[in-house]
This record gives sequence, structure tokens and C-alpha cells, in this order.
Amino acid sequence: MDFGFSLAPSSAVNLDTVDLSRYNRLVRLEPDARICMACGSCSATCTAGPFSGMSVRKVLLGLQRGQDAQVNRMLSACMLCGKCTMVCPRGINTRNLILNLCRIAADGSVSKGEGRL
Amino acid sequence: MEGKPNKEQVAIIGAGIAGLEAAHQLLRLGYAPVLIEQADHAGGHVAEWNRLFPDKAPAAPLVEELLEQTREATLILRAKILSAGRLGDGFNIRLSDGTSLHVRAILMATGFSLFEAWKKEEYGYGVYDRVLTNADLEHWFNTGDDTRIKGDLKRIGFVHCVGSRDVKAGNTQCSKVCCITAIKQAIEMKERFPEAEIWCFYMDLRLFGKKYEDFYIGAQRDYGIHFIRGRVSEVSENIDGKVIVKAEDTLNGKPVKVTLDALVLMAGMVCNRDIQPLAKELSLSIDDDGYLKSRDNIGSVTRSDRKGIFLAGAATGPKTIPETLAEARSAALDIHNFLSGE
Amino acid sequence: MIYQGKQKIWSDYQKEIPSDHWFYVRSCIRQSFFPGSEKWFLGICRDMLGKDIHETEHHTTCGGIAYHCDVIPQLTAMTIVARQFALMTEAGYKNLVASCITSFGNYTETLETWREFPELEARVREALWKSCRREFEKPEYVAHASDLIYKFRGEIAEKAKFRLVDHRTGEPLRVVEHIGCHYSKMFPHKGVGGAEYPCVLSGMAESWGGRIIDYPERRHCCGFGFRQYLVKANRGYSMSNTHKKFESMEPYHPDMIITNCPGCPYFLDRWQYVISEQTGKTYGQNGYGIPVLTYEELAGLVLGIDPWDLGLQIHQVAVEPLLDKLGIAYDPAKKYLGLNEKDIMKPGLPTVLRCC
Repeated sequence: MDFGFSLAPSSAVNLDTVDLSRYNRLVRLEPDARICMACGSCSATCTAGPFSGMSVRKVLLGLQRGQDAQVNRMLSACMLCGKCTMVCPRGINTRNLILNLCRIAADGSVSKGEGRL
Repeated sequence: MEGKPNKEQVAIIGAGIAGLEAAHQLLRLGYAPVLIEQADHAGGHVAEWNRLFPDKAPAAPLVEELLEQTREATLILRAKILSAGRLGDGFNIRLSDGTSLHVRAILMATGFSLFEAWKKEEYGYGVYDRVLTNADLEHWFNTGDDTRIKGDLKRIGFVHCVGSRDVKAGNTQCSKVCCITAIKQAIEMKERFPEAEIWCFYMDLRLFGKKYEDFYIGAQRDYGIHFIRGRVSEVSENIDGKVIVKAEDTLNGKPVKVTLDALVLMAGMVCNRDIQPLAKELSLSIDDDGYLKSRDNIGSVTRSDRKGIFLAGAATGPKTIPETLAEARSAALDIHNFLSGE
Repeated sequence: MIYQGKQKIWSDYQKEIPSDHWFYVRSCIRQSFFPGSEKWFLGICRDMLGKDIHETEHHTTCGGIAYHCDVIPQLTAMTIVARQFALMTEAGYKNLVASCITSFGNYTETLETWREFPELEARVREALWKSCRREFEKPEYVAHASDLIYKFRGEIAEKAKFRLVDHRTGEPLRVVEHIGCHYSKMFPHKGVGGAEYPCVLSGMAESWGGRIIDYPERRHCCGFGFRQYLVKANRGYSMSNTHKKFESMEPYHPDMIITNCPGCPYFLDRWQYVISEQTGKTYGQNGYGIPVLTYEELAGLVLGIDPWDLGLQIHQVAVEPLLDKLGIAYDPAKKYLGLNEKDIMKPGLPTVLRCC
């Protein structure tokens, strides 16, 4: 029967069911992924950000909240220019972080040459 | 009083660390401090704590050293002040045990109260089986005795700003020490439960003191503590007795929900309302945050606006231990200058 | 769960409820949603407990639905409320009891608004005089009808024919209580037990032998939300909230839900059918739903009133499994016979949700 309306999906993030394996893999390859304090310096200076929505801060957050599709979309826009590495106040090697993330497939596995760049 | 005939007495209300340190300094300056404490032990809140930020130094040696240094002072425990008022050029204080003091200087080292966490009804303190406060956790660190901590904890949450920065709870001030205390306790829980995931829910992280920021980076990098910017809006209990926490992850713009084995509420420092009758008797001003009012908040924090009455420590607002000790020393010197005719 | 902890909070939210002489105002929608409830509120209070409850055919809507849908401004809503107060004053009463939760919220909000802004009260008095030539005294006490049944729960327990116990096993029935949002979320001190752990319904259920279930989404709105339901395209939001509550209470296997709002029992009852049609899922035992009762219906069952006289045949979810647990006899043949045995017609059956 068509009621003309249906259950609405929830926008809430349930941390009980988020798969952190991809994030944990990244942390092993680039431990500084943990020390982001979400200041936004990376996003403010990002060459690609204003046109594509790329943001290293949001990539790191999305990985921890199970938002894989958005993370992959953002990563595909990175031009690896390195400006975010220059401005990060905590000295996170964001370039290494992004390159490693690109190597980690969405299922958490890592393609050949894990961790070596 | 036990034969210290030549030394002038100074009344110190409160034998927490502020009172003890001031007594220590006043002894060295040649006075006979009398510590008046309503509880059955000296050392105040610090005596109940296990370890201290930012070095995780144990609290007990600090309190023991202060007690050792004040052995010569008179310490009256379980004291109840019957009356206090001006008499001649000083003050007369009568206690329930029959003691009567006549002093020219009083130090108010009356400290703070811990916010009563059950007042934030939505957090379920005293109702849910696995919700405890920062003070409960320190008690557990000290004694290992708390039925709310059950088995091997896998998921633990910390709620910052419980009763602080909260107009509805009647406390607009930042309690100052809770961010760093949450980080310390989160690290200590991670050390005890290495497999646990730990989340800190914060509004702002206020890590202003020496070594605090390093402690924070360490919590992230070395212990993998998760920080979620968002105030916890409600807590509930599921059929297994676990705690379900809801908040908004404001950096992500989405609500989050997580099920936890234990939830620790960072109950903040609030003014000690028990001393308000005494403050009234002594005509001391109370600030609009409920704490005792300093003559000013910059150059004269340890002086009240009444002659002969001095202030130290968390009686005037949330303070760290180093700040409290420094104020106690400063107040002791102020009292000395006052009594020796500055 | 530490029961004493809740009791400590309840002790902070005690509400004074006079035991007699009330001016009763009805709900706009309950008489069509749950037609027996208001009738039996009066029946129980007046005839069984001997209370003086007065009502007048001259009262209107409180304006709550229009107010909460942003159709009328607050000043208009307050003037409608003032007119009800005038009717109460004219009838010689000082205590106002509302059948509807939103009305109760509306009366309370109006009085609180006037307390904070006396100039608004003066404007409303002027508007009422100009429009109706009426004047009013403010009520001394405002209660929701569930406050009264809560107040009388002991007297009802004394007269009870049935207890909220599975008569076959002796086990207390597992009761979910759902409080209407406008009961105490706006003004926690105006509700029995406050907003976080209200005890107006749990107090009744416990007094009559039931055991309250405290499930994680107990505070959540039923989803009605006025605009969420009234605009058809938004009804998915309304139902999603109900769905969230059922998913949350499911592990506790509730025997029934009791409510004190006009909308909540309607949506908690009817959405069980729509959810079952859309997802194939039912929440009661053996393919049935979880029966949802108003507090008057529950009081009526406890007092031994015939289920069909209480109007329980109007519910979507079949109540027969609950009646069987309580040991209440009923005649299936009379389920769809109305007043004077008039045939009120048997509804069609859902495809998934089992009904009798």
C-alpha cells in the first residue's frame, strides 16, 4: 500500500556501529592523524577546497564517523600541493597522511607497498 | 590555647590546602595560626584526590607535607562557628567546642563545593548504574571500591562542564580545572583498560596552564583518546544497564550516539554556599557568582573589602592547586604586613 | 537503574492538587480518537469517587493546535484561554482541569507569560472584554486530568476489580508510560515528578500493580509534532519518531503503553499498523501490536468497566491479548456493537499486524 510517506532515515552517527578499521590503519601508517585539533588551518589554505569541498580536517573526522563516501569524494579532489602541510600548527604530515589514505582501500585493506612512499 | 603565649593568633577558616599553606607560612613568620575546619580531616578536596595534573603526581604526599609543615599550628576539626564578629580592633570567634578566639586577622580559606551532579537530571547521576563523577573516579583510583565500575570496561565517556558554564545550573563560570582533569582521568582509565575506546565530550578545551597542551597532545597521540566537540544532551540506560549518550558532534554538524560501559561527569567547582551566613556576619561581600568578593580581581585578589579579613584559594573562584598555594603564601604575607603595621 | 535516585528527584517535583471542585475543559480531538476516555473520566470521578467536576457546553478549543502550527499568534491563543477562565469564573470555580496535554501546556504557558509580563495580561483582559464582554479570575490551580487520576490512584486501587498483573503467572505487567511533551517539558515544576522522570503515569501503574519499564527513548516525543503530521509529506518524520521509540522499547517486551496526551496514544497505536505494512515488523507477541491505552481507559479496566464500553474497539492494535492477561472477560460478539447495540461495522484487517 502506498501511504504517500515512509520512515525517514536518521542523520545521526551511531558510534557503536562505525567501522574504525580504516582510521586505525591510517593511524598505524601516520600516527599524527590522531593529533588533529580541528583548527581548520588546512581547509582555509586548501587550493582545492573552495571548489570541491576538500578539507583534511573533515577527512579525518569523516573517517572516525563512518562517512566513507564523503571522505573518498574529498580525497579525489586533493591536488597534493602541500599547502596544508605548511600551515598545520601541530606539524602533521598531511601529505603523507593523504597519500597513505589513498592507498588504503575503502574496505580497510592496503594496496602493495604499505606505508612506503 | 596550648601555651603559645608570645605569638599572635590568626584565625584561618578552612584547613584545605589554602589554609594549610597559609598556616605554614604564618608559623614561619612567627604567628600562631588556628585552623578551623568543619570536616573531620584537613586537606580539603585534595586529600580525597588520587593523582594531580599535569604530571600525574600523587596527591597524598602534597597533603602529608602540608600537614607536617603545620604541626605547630592549632587544628580544630569538626568545628562549627557559633558566632563571629568585630570586637575592639579585631574579631571574636566562638566555636561549638567552647573555644573562643580573639584575633586581629582572619583568613577565609573556605574553598569551593563540587557541583552536585544529580541536579543535571538528564545525565542520570544517582539514577543510572554506570554514571559517576570525577570525584567518584578519584575515590575508585584510591580504593578500588565502586560498584558502578563493572568488569573490563571497553567504552568510556567523559562529559566536560557538568554544572559549569551553565546558566540554568546557576553557574556561569568556567570551572577551569575540569578539561585538564578529564584528560588526566581519561589517560589513567586508558592505562587501566588499554583496550578501551574513550571519548571526551567538550564545549571548548581550555588548556591554559603549564604542560596542559602537551598533556592534551599526549592524550591524543599516545593514548588515542577521542575528543568530540559537543555538549552531551541526554543520557539513558539500556536493557543491559549500559549508558547511552547523545550529543551533537558540532564539528561534523551531526548528532552522535554511543553506548558506554561507564560515563564520568566532570562536576565543576561551584561556590561554597555553606559559608554565606559567616560571610554575612563578617559583612563580607559576595560576588554575583556566589564566591567571596576580592577587593579587586587584579592586584588585591587575596584582600577582602573589610579590614583584617583576607582571602585565599577557591573561596574567590575556581583555582588550580599551584594558584591556590601561591595565593595562600601571598595572603600570609599580606596578613603579616597588616599585623606588623604596614 | 537506581529506583531511590528517581524518588529523590520526584520529591523535588511535588505538585499541589486539590481533591475536589474542578472546572473541566475537554480536548478537541480525543472524543473522536478515544471516545470513551473523557466520558469515563467524568464517570469515574463523579459517579465512582463522588467528586464535583463541572463542565459547560460553551467552552471552545484552547487554540493550542492553531498556536503550535503558527496559524494564530500567542496573543490570540491567550485570549481564547482567557475566555475559558471567564467561563470557569462565571460557573463559580477556582480549579481548572484540562483533558488535553497541549491545553494544559497552553494554560500553564499563558499564566507563566502573564506572571513574567503583566502588561500582556492587561492587553488580553482588554481584548476579551472588547470581543466577548467577559471578565475572569485566574485559576488558583491548573491540573491535567491525569494529575487528578494520579491523585485518586489510591482510591481507585481500593475499588479495583483487576490488578495490572498477568493472572495466569502472577507476574506484574510490564508497562511503558509515555508522557505528552507539553505536560512538563516546558515547565518541569508544573508536572508531577518533573520532566526527566515524570511519575504521573508511573505512579498510577505502580499503584495498580504494574511494573514500569524505563527504556532509552522514554523521553522522546511520539512524533505527532503538529506540523510534522498535519502536512502529509512530512508524516514520515512523525512515524520515524514513533518507530524509534518502538525499536528502543522492543527488548523489554512491554505488555502495554499508557499515555496522557490526545495525540500520543493515537500515533503510538495507529503507526504500529503503518510501520507493519511498510517494514513487516510488529512489536507485540505473536504478530500482535502493543496495546496503547489512555490513563482513563486503564483506570476503567482496573475498576472493572466493560472494555467495549470504554471504547477499546476503536483502537487499531487489538487489546484482547492484554485483556486475557488481566483476566478481564469480554464478549467478542459485542466488540463492534455501539450504544443500544447499534452495529458500528467491523473494520477491514491489516495485511501484517494481527488483529482479532
